[in-house]
Amino acid sequence: MGRLAYVGVLGFCLLGTAWLEVVLGVRVYRQWRRLLLTVLPVVTVFVVWDLYAIARGHWTFDAGHTTRVVLPGRLPLDELLFFVVIPICALLSFEAVRTVLARRADGQP
Amino acid sequence: MTYTQLAVVAVVATALLDLLVLRTDVLRTRTFWKAYAIVLFFQLVTNGVLTGFRIVRYDGAAIVGSSTGASTPAFLGDGRIGFAPVEDLLFGFALVVQSVAWWVFWGRKLSSGKLSEREPPAPTPDPQQRGDGEAAPSRAP
Repeated sequence: MGRLAYVGVLGFCLLGTAWLEVVLGVRVYRQWRRLLLTVLPVVTVFVVWDLYAIARGHWTFDAGHTTRVVLPGRLPLDELLFFVVIPICALLSFEAVRTVLARRADGQP
Repeated sequence: MTYTQLAVVAVVATALLDLLVLRTDVLRTRTFWKAYAIVLFFQLVTNGVLTGFRIVRYDGAAIVGSSTGASTPAFLGDGRIGFAPVEDLLFGFALVVQSVAWWVFWGRKLSSGKLSEREPPAPTPDPQQRGDGEAAPSRAP
């Protein structure tokens, strides 16, 4: 799979949820300011956790399957992207469920 | 602290954030749990790839199960679910809840402060809607 394996998984997550914005009309990317304000505290908290875990050796990353772009604290770029991508996917899923339930409540197909 | 301990602390702290600090009450909505069920399925798949191919490896001293060794970790058992440590379920749960809680929080703030990016205004409370799982004041038009 090579060095793009980790970011490839993240790309799969982004592609797998992007259609919710386009087809279902969910508004997550289009509320970019709200999205930014949401992702910022979450990334902060989880990067702190990640840096601690990396420093304590709780987990390690296979250099053969990551970009090898390593940020301060030995944090792989792949890992930082994870904390941006996964919240976006979660929000798209949440808004999609809300949209579907609301449509159902309104008696729309 | 071990990963196991941190993961438990994270779930408790996340619940407090949602219910007491931000008062978003995401955990009390049906919408969230339905969405979480979907997210969890995909977490098991994608995390299974990351851990099964040993892209991310774990130290046995930090988790319930044993270290990721030279070969693929257990698919199920030895503290693993779909190759991933059970702790990852708590980690993922905290990540998803915090994301949705902040999202709902900012949704309310921005729409009440007229800073909304075409987010519809909060509707007046509808008795029929009480407790039916609407997490935020806005609904699809």
